[in-house]
Amino acid sequence: MTEPRYTPLRERHEALGASFTDFGGWQMPVRYTSDLAEHHAVREAAGIFDISHMAEFTVAGAGAADYLDYALAGRLSALAVGKAKYSLVLAEDGGIVDDVIVYRLADDDFLVISNAGNREAVREALLARVAGHEVVVEDVSDAYALIAVQGPKAETILAETPGIDDVSVPWAEQRYYAWASATYDGNRILLARTGYTGEDGFELLVAAADATALWDALLAAGERHGLIPAGLAARDTLRLEAGMPLYGHELTRETKPAQAGLGRVVVADKERFVGKDAVTPAEDAPVLVGLVAEGRRAGRAGYAVVTEDGTVVGEVTSGALSPTLGHPIAMAYVAPGATGQSLFLDVRGTRIPATVTALPFYRRKK
Amino acid sequence: MTDLNTLRYSEEHEWVAVDGASATVGITDYAAEKLGDVVFIELPAVGTEVEAGSVVGEIESTKSVGELYAPVNGTVVEVNDAVVDDPSLVNAAPFEGGWLIKLAIAEDAADGLLDREAYLAITEG
Repeated sequence: MTEPRYTPLRERHEALGASFTDFGGWQMPVRYTSDLAEHHAVREAAGIFDISHMAEFTVAGAGAADYLDYALAGRLSALAVGKAKYSLVLAEDGGIVDDVIVYRLADDDFLVISNAGNREAVREALLARVAGHEVVVEDVSDAYALIAVQGPKAETILAETPGIDDVSVPWAEQRYYAWASATYDGNRILLARTGYTGEDGFELLVAAADATALWDALLAAGERHGLIPAGLAARDTLRLEAGMPLYGHELTRETKPAQAGLGRVVVADKERFVGKDAVTPAEDAPVLVGLVAEGRRAGRAGYAVVTEDGTVVGEVTSGALSPTLGHPIAMAYVAPGATGQSLFLDVRGTRIPATVTALPFYRRKK
Repeated sequence: MTDLNTLRYSEEHEWVAVDGASATVGITDYAAEKLGDVVFIELPAVGTEVEAGSVVGEIESTKSVGELYAPVNGTVVEVNDAVVDDPSLVNAAPFEGGWLIKLAIAEDAADGLLDREAYLAITEG
């Protein structure tokens, strides 16, 4: 076992009374007070999350855009400077190594943010793909902390936070899946209008040494707007309601993008990219569906999806009693022929009727 | 407030308040905190005979599923319908409004359980 890792905000979490859990080799706050209170705060006001465990890579050089078109599933060369795009790192066999968000910082300069647990796999894949491209890929994860402020009050809170200055784009003009630069206490930070909660919000990339001061400033400025610290438990129910996949659950090395409903992320007519020849799943490959049920008992990861006669046709990958909707929701991989039938969740021996529904389960009001 | 020193405890984090041949059962604050926000509770029907150590119910939080073990032998004489309707009582008041079931027991049925000091030693270990 390697030693558990902690983010630069560890002392803050401990002082706030957080419970910790292992996530991708990191000890991360799972909750501070109440999962549900933290969840509702993000939907109704705002929550602040430490997501410094996530990995950051810089991709720079005259060949950076072409390189990313080759190394990732999307067409990043078409991404405008100032914008962000969700993408996938595929393996040669078309399986998913990780899902990432790519930010175009300049014509020849990109930032790639990947999941904590896949940091080594992504680094290995990105480095293995540089040959023949004029590009330098660097794992800069240890230099930065990442703080997410998510919820309808996020913009107001950031705009009122003392110390955040020199914002490159007026707040009201900052779009979802775009970024702006700013300074905190004189040092450059990146304000990315992205997130993993289904709400409006920001992810702030800050030098590790400035993380604590920025966290404190955000919390203080947000208090009167209802901002509270939120842990991974709330983050999980929020992203599930928003229909967002979680690596290790909906996405794996064995999953092909189209199975996960991510066919749109793959630009298959690119001349050349890793995974191109194998990206199409078999016709009978299971597909990701959303399932809703009544009552309060949730189908959870690993539970079987069965038909009326008890035939197992799928498996739940994530499930919870939706805090916002009040009924159980789940994502599951189901045999493509079974999605039109009456389905049931096998909840520890009890069969609970479940209805296939379009994702997301929850969509914020614009 | 319940005097926690008068309760008996199981290693599965149930508390038992013994009153003669009656025992009220719930889960401890420690268990409630470990579970997170409780959102669903299933309890045995009144009249069910339960055996110490057997699974008699389920306690689900947003993040996980816990089993309720009978801490002692007995017969279920009452279940807390309020906590089934509002499972958050388990988090808000685990030793009070968050009680789960009442059992009819033999008067010595709870003798083998832990006292407060022994239970705290487990949770702090």
